[in-house]
Amino acid sequence: MTAEEVMREMAAILDEVAGVSADQVAMHKSFTDDLEVDSLSMVEVVMAAEDKFGVKIPDEQVRNLRTVGDAVDFIVKSA
Amino acid sequence: MINIKSAPARTGASIIGIGAYRPSRVVTNDEIAPLIDSSDEWIQQRTGIETRRFASESETLVAMAAAAASDALTDAKIKPEQIGVVLVATLTNPVQFPAVAPTVASTLGIPDPGAFDIGAACAGFVYALSAAADMVKSGSIEYALVIGAERMTDVLDFSDRGSAFIFGDGAGAMVVGPADFNGFGPVIFGSDGTQADAISMTSTWFDFRSGKVPQPPTLRMAGQQVFRWAVSEMVGVAQRAITAAGLEPKDLAAFIPHQANNRITDAIVKALDFPDTVAIARDIRESGNTTAATVPLALHALRSEGRAPSGAPALLLGFGAGLTYAAQVVALP
Repeated sequence: MTAEEVMREMAAILDEVAGVSADQVAMHKSFTDDLEVDSLSMVEVVMAAEDKFGVKIPDEQVRNLRTVGDAVDFIVKSA
Repeated sequence: MINIKSAPARTGASIIGIGAYRPSRVVTNDEIAPLIDSSDEWIQQRTGIETRRFASESETLVAMAAAAASDALTDAKIKPEQIGVVLVATLTNPVQFPAVAPTVASTLGIPDPGAFDIGAACAGFVYALSAAADMVKSGSIEYALVIGAERMTDVLDFSDRGSAFIFGDGAGAMVVGPADFNGFGPVIFGSDGTQADAISMTSTWFDFRSGKVPQPPTLRMAGQQVFRWAVSEMVGVAQRAITAAGLEPKDLAAFIPHQANNRITDAIVKALDFPDTVAIARDIRESGNTTAATVPLALHALRSEGRAPSGAPALLLGFGAGLTYAAQVVALP
């Protein structure tokens, strides 16, 4: 999957799980500060991403995923 | 091989009474928030909690357990002397021994019951209830008293941003007795000791005693880890318990999950696709997370609202420290 494809799917997940509208989502946006995804929603986003992309994102890794771009990079590398 | 005589097994067992004790002091989020640099809105958004109860000095673990149990005995129309076993689920007994159950029993005037505590944290009440149901069904005893009681305030660090706002105190109880129908589905329980650290104490009492640590141990919780485990694993556990009871989610009258966090309840409810006819217990709003007491307290609240019809099937689900979990479909009292 390309970064763009992952990014589109991530936007869909953020909308479904955390109620973030797709036009808000961009690579440089921070989950917490820009998109206001709280720690529990972040866990749900991660779980949905694991299902969608067939990757494993351990708890200690989640802490390093500050921006949407961080998550997309991690998924592209792991998938 | 010798064939040992057993008691004649019974046709069935069911819950025949329920009781609750809620400490008198109501504590708002506004009272908790300044200690953890938080706000009412933040706490409500992450947990659904609006208030919780904190026990006073006189509202001891035994006093609360006995009050809830007495309420349950009245509801069941059972006299204390008819009780054959007392099980108390708790993780806040202030002493390592003796267990709370014998003292609770004698406080209630139950003359000579089997009595013991069960340590399965937030799953403890469902573990205890399923054990009681099996004791009654097997014919070993006639009536069982099952209690979940906690003084979480005794083990909280009120400055811990990960847990201080979640927990509360209280006690709930149920009486299990013989029935001419089967009021319990098979219990689905399990545990994952590899995640024992997810909800535990900051140190051992021995470390404190020997001066290795300056403060007595308090509760600590890896909230995101627990949330992830609960949301990912408890859906399957709930589904297995419903299937094992020969039912489907739509057949239930009520779902009474451990009141850990409304967001966990939301995720489980969504995944199981319960129709609107299934009443969902949300006692966490008023009571916070009372650990082993949540399930009976939440059912008690649901019944007070007229949303728990007697005889209808309900799913009880407990999960927490250990990690441990237990789920069982029961006929409502």
